[in-house]
Amino acid sequence: MGTGQVVVGDKRMEHFTPVSALLGGAMIGLAASALLLLNGRIAGISGILGGSLEGSKDDLLWRIFFLTGLVVGPWLVTAVRGRFPEIVMQAPLFILVVGGVLVGFGTRLGKGCTSGHGVCGVARASPRSIVATVVFFLAAAITVFITHHVLGA
Amino acid sequence: MWAMLTSLFIGMLFGAGLTVSQMINPAKVVSFLDFTGNWDPTLGVVMIGALGATIPGIMIAARRQTPLLGGTFQIPSRQDIDARLLGGATLFGIGWGLSGFCPGPAIAALSSGVWPVFVFVAAMIAGMLLFRLVPRT
Repeated sequence: MGTGQVVVGDKRMEHFTPVSALLGGAMIGLAASALLLLNGRIAGISGILGGSLEGSKDDLLWRIFFLTGLVVGPWLVTAVRGRFPEIVMQAPLFILVVGGVLVGFGTRLGKGCTSGHGVCGVARASPRSIVATVVFFLAAAITVFITHHVLGA
Repeated sequence: MWAMLTSLFIGMLFGAGLTVSQMINPAKVVSFLDFTGNWDPTLGVVMIGALGATIPGIMIAARRQTPLLGGTFQIPSRQDIDARLLGGATLFGIGWGLSGFCPGPAIAALSSGVWPVFVFVAAMIAGMLLFRLVPRT
């Protein structure tokens, strides 16, 4: 597999890609619908990962299978397209560490992330999820404004 | 047993969707969050596509007593907006803005084999384990 497109640095990709966005989004939604209809579960990734760390034996196995699939998915797309998707991380490593801890802690405290609250929760019009989604999008946008425009990173 | 197989394939579909939509790429996500910069609305369209395909599933599920593979629907029922929800969403948003990664894309991006992704996921797991030290209410 070619990983030549993977760049760690400050390159930016500014192109609006609505067709692949709609298609990819629909695949995510289809997956969320399928997990609910078949397994009766909400496709919230922070819940699936966090739950698997908390050692409830009954649910550990399906969570590991789901997370494995999540890692395999990009390889399937690569097999079809013949190139690995571009992954550009602009943040320096210590910022990635700080960001990772905040994402892990915050999604457990707030009981959800972009998938659980943002997609599944908003889709079922849950007031908690709608509020959480507005809050994390705002917090993220303000953070990007500060790091990119105030601090000029 | 079927539930394991469906989990694997549904996870693959989810990961493939994150790849096709380019949400696996932190720079693409950050360019959506950067409203005052060179704004890229892609993530918004991904959300529309995802909601459009999730809502029918939820409507069908609402008409059923049990999932197709048996067991029970496990859907959150809380309605209250508490400090933990707001604080958690704020901390997550800050981390998301700093890194460009939320949990799904970060795990999917492990497929790249690039070590900073592993560092991020390790930090994210550390954050989740840290949360276990917080007393439950």
